[in-house]
Amino acid sequence: MNEMVKNTGLFALVAVLIVITGISQSWNTALLILNMGLISAIMALGVNLQWGFAGLFNVGVMGFVALGGLATVLIATPPTQGAWGAGGYAIVLGLIMGAATITAAVLVYQRMAKGRLRVFTMLAILIVGFYLFRAVFDSGVSTVEAINPASAGNIGGLGLPILLAWPVGGLLAAGVAWIIGKVALGLRSDYLAIATLGIAEIIIAVLKNEDWLARGVKNVIGLPRPVPFEVDLQRDPQFVERAAGFGMDPVTASTIYVKLEYAALFAVVLIILLWLAQKALNSPWGRMMRAIRDNEVAAEAMGKDVTRRHLQIFILGSAICGVAGAMMTTLDGQLTPGTYQPLRFTFLVWVMVIVGGSGNNFGAVLGGFLIWFLWVQVEPMGLWLMSTITSGMGDGALRSHLMDSAAHMRLFTMGLILLLVLRFSPRGLIPEK
Amino acid sequence: MDLLNAFITLANFVIVPAIAYGSQLALGALGVTLIYGILRFSNFAHGDTMAFGTMITILITWLFQSWGLSLGVFPTALLALPFGIAGCALFVLMTDRAVYRFYRVQKAKPVILVIVSMGVMFIMNGVVRFIIGPDDHAFGDGERFIISARTFREMTGLQEGLAIRTSTGITVITAIIVVAILFWFLNKTRTGKSMRAYSDNEDLALLSGINPERVVMVTWIIVAALATVAGTLYGLDKSFKAFTYFQLLLPIFASAIVGGLGSPVGAIAGGFIIAFSEVLVTYAWKKVLVYALPDGIGPDGLAQLLSTDYKFAVSFLILLIVLLFRPTGLFKGKSV
Repeated sequence: MNEMVKNTGLFALVAVLIVITGISQSWNTALLILNMGLISAIMALGVNLQWGFAGLFNVGVMGFVALGGLATVLIATPPTQGAWGAGGYAIVLGLIMGAATITAAVLVYQRMAKGRLRVFTMLAILIVGFYLFRAVFDSGVSTVEAINPASAGNIGGLGLPILLAWPVGGLLAAGVAWIIGKVALGLRSDYLAIATLGIAEIIIAVLKNEDWLARGVKNVIGLPRPVPFEVDLQRDPQFVERAAGFGMDPVTASTIYVKLEYAALFAVVLIILLWLAQKALNSPWGRMMRAIRDNEVAAEAMGKDVTRRHLQIFILGSAICGVAGAMMTTLDGQLTPGTYQPLRFTFLVWVMVIVGGSGNNFGAVLGGFLIWFLWVQVEPMGLWLMSTITSGMGDGALRSHLMDSAAHMRLFTMGLILLLVLRFSPRGLIPEK
Repeated sequence: MDLLNAFITLANFVIVPAIAYGSQLALGALGVTLIYGILRFSNFAHGDTMAFGTMITILITWLFQSWGLSLGVFPTALLALPFGIAGCALFVLMTDRAVYRFYRVQKAKPVILVIVSMGVMFIMNGVVRFIIGPDDHAFGDGERFIISARTFREMTGLQEGLAIRTSTGITVITAIIVVAILFWFLNKTRTGKSMRAYSDNEDLALLSGINPERVVMVTWIIVAALATVAGTLYGLDKSFKAFTYFQLLLPIFASAIVGGLGSPVGAIAGGFIIAFSEVLVTYAWKKVLVYALPDGIGPDGLAQLLSTDYKFAVSFLILLIVLLFRPTGLFKGKSV
């Protein structure tokens, strides 16, 4: 009971912090923090599944989040006129050929007897396959990218509702996680860390450079939305009337209304995932996972296939990150590959999980909200602090440098919070039971 | 067909830059591998340690430049390097005292130390951006070229030039000196031997009276020196930007793992393997092929396997291949 009170208190504290932001700054800021907090909480749930349940060290969260973002473009944007006819099929064929090449090489490796012949056959398949792949793929890419490059130049999407992109984002992330997990799981824990770090960088590089896919650094803007546009609401006399009833002007009312709708959608996803994660935690499967985490050797002796179970939970956790990534891109309304930063999208999520309490789903959710709130608010607080400290200095070069640098305080603060929690409360705010 | 010109082009655009980059990676990977061998965790803050040391070097360089102090044809940064190393060592020792020692005494699991190093990474990143900002800084001065492409062409009468930049020369020479000193230290001195003993078997080392705190302290100092040298050389060769140094983490770890974590020789080999494959795969071979092949059958396109934006993908692929076929690395590393 006591614990229950404490945990409710912690969540209430975060709620109060957001309400204070609403009163002292603006409700739009507060709701934006709430929305991103909901998404962060989902990402933290995903990482908690991997780290808290199974002890897997995934530092490629950014990549899975970006894949979710890619899914929104591929599902929800309208198809580019003529792109499929011009080169879309060539691209798909090229990709299939690439995959076939790798599969063939793997088959040769598995089926043929060890020796020099096997190495040469594999190399030959890979080299020939690579050139065939490039020939087919490049011709497709250049024709697709030539179509109206100023506004399109990509194959576009399927024109389906954007909500469908959320589960698809999860599937994309799961697919990549399967590949990474197959290679790096079962080896030392550090290897998974490096492998995930690498795949995240590569996913971002692909998003930035493959213009046919999602326009690369030219960004995809104006994604379809699951909620009405503010402008339409402002034109709707019924809405204006209702806003007036609350004593608000229609512009503010419409922005807040839209954000509230997003918040409701995100909350539904979060609650479903949280419920599933709680069910999983308290099921035989969850107990087995924790047993594997705590003693791999013993679990293996009991006949558990540790690597397979790790692969399973790694895929599940990454899929959740992919869903969160699709939700985030939906909220932003645009896909901007240049804005994916590992410190923000990978390591910050880790701070959320550790601070909230690894192994406890509610802890991860709390950490998601709390750390996101701090991430947003530390910058203005740092500026305020710095201007107070330097107020006696007069307007010198040093003062302006310090003021300019204050924005970087947030990285420092996040590191400090992480280290303090690890040192003095390593089990986090809401510890595992 | 003109094999000589083909070779000069290759040397100019592939071999020389890859040797310089490989030396920088090797020095970085040596730091990672030493921490792994002795403190037994993967240090995610290594890229930022490099950035921190380089930042101090840059600040001292600027100070010297404002005093009018210079090394003539050599970059002033070389003069500032010892101060950068000292500053970085001090900072790293402070983090060890304040952060890592607690977990060492507790005998925490390696993965906890990795997470702790993530926190240190955040803090170092913040400190570096706080002091010097997130922007690009070029701090090389002195003579730019040992041989410029033009002088080379005039000297040899060939069509193609081979430029060797001062930063490249300094990188290679410094790397050789640093590695020689490091290996002498590890193999010949008492402290170095105690470090290797500690790395091989901690309990046995403790039984034979080796002071673990001293071993750890010396390791951190060496790592700070390696990181600062690697960072400064990279900065002289390209330019200094805090985020680029953070991104170097991936090729550096790839080098250390490819060579075998915990093996110094492996780290050097890994650094060059990664550097050469990155440059070879992302280089547009057209010019070389046009020279090397008989007239008329040269390639139409750029003959580039992957665009330069995918250079991280190359280090990653090599990493995957090594993980698949030889998980302990080329030179048997340890596997905790």
